[in-house]
Amino acid sequence: MNSLISYVQSGHLRFDLPSFATGDTVRVHGRIIEGEKERVQIYEGVVLRKSAGQGVDATFTVRKISNGIGVERIFPMHSPRLLKMEVLSSGKVRRAKIYFLRELQGKAAKLKKIEEQY
Amino acid sequence: MGKGLFGRKIGMTQVFDFEGQRVPVTVLEVGPCPVLHVKTEAGPDGYNALVIGFGKKKVKQINKPDAGLFAKAGVEICAHIGEMRVSAEDVGQVEVGMMLDASAFTAGQIVDIRGISKGRGFTGVIKRHNMHMPKASHGTHEVFRHGGSLGMRTTPGRVWLGKKMAGQYGVEKVTIQNLKIHSVEPEKNLIVVRGSCPGANGSLIWIQEPSKPAKKAGV
Repeated sequence: MNSLISYVQSGHLRFDLPSFATGDTVRVHGRIIEGEKERVQIYEGVVLRKSAGQGVDATFTVRKISNGIGVERIFPMHSPRLLKMEVLSSGKVRRAKIYFLRELQGKAAKLKKIEEQY
Repeated sequence: MGKGLFGRKIGMTQVFDFEGQRVPVTVLEVGPCPVLHVKTEAGPDGYNALVIGFGKKKVKQINKPDAGLFAKAGVEICAHIGEMRVSAEDVGQVEVGMMLDASAFTAGQIVDIRGISKGRGFTGVIKRHNMHMPKASHGTHEVFRHGGSLGMRTTPGRVWLGKKMAGQYGVEKVTIQNLKIHSVEPEKNLIVVRGSCPGANGSLIWIQEPSKPAKKAGV
């Protein structure tokens, strides 16, 4: 990337989010602005992918099953509208993009958890 | 103070505005532009204008009249020279040899940006004039990207002048009006503009105060 472009981006990057990987179950606290009102929406699901975008372009996709329907939301990694993010558990996955989850339902769509090692 | 400045298009990226929304922006490296000559109404030129330069060139690449201009102003040789009309008030504040830079513009200001658009070569009417493609099915044959009929019959018996056809597309002077400056970084000579600017990355651009008033406040 051009050094002057990364200079412009540098003021917009944030490094306070916890490190996470594909397959992790995360809880994202997003700021929602509706007209003049502001509220916090919590979105919980599995990280399907982290985009190849560099710098401020980076995004991640979180998939959850809402009322029996699969929902995927894409969050910009450096958005100031992300108030907080929690990593609830880590799933055992072999690939960077776990699109195969879209085809699976019920018990088959569950990922094996990685136990934290101390 | 400076009504217009030379610059270079660095490229596009995205940033977040104060509401946290993503905004597409173009990064421009603007200036520093040395003032080469000041024309005044009272002087031999009869009008108020500034001649400014931008970029670098070698001694052997310039002709003698330009060499004289740079020597007289006492500045390094510039690759590009431009003139802009300014008010009598502005002329009084500027001296030959002064450097104009990105700090002449402020965040939130509306500007016009002029550049040379990307060259696309000899281009058909679909790309050049946004014409529709002929239908691909229902018995169509041997036409894929044609523009359709050129006109009428025996009357007028000719094709209207200015009929849109294939030809050279791009490498033309394009002005984008009323772009909003997102931010200015004077220490790096950068201006970040909302939206896109004509030309390839690295190409020369001209940034100036708007020639027309913005239709809506806060565009």
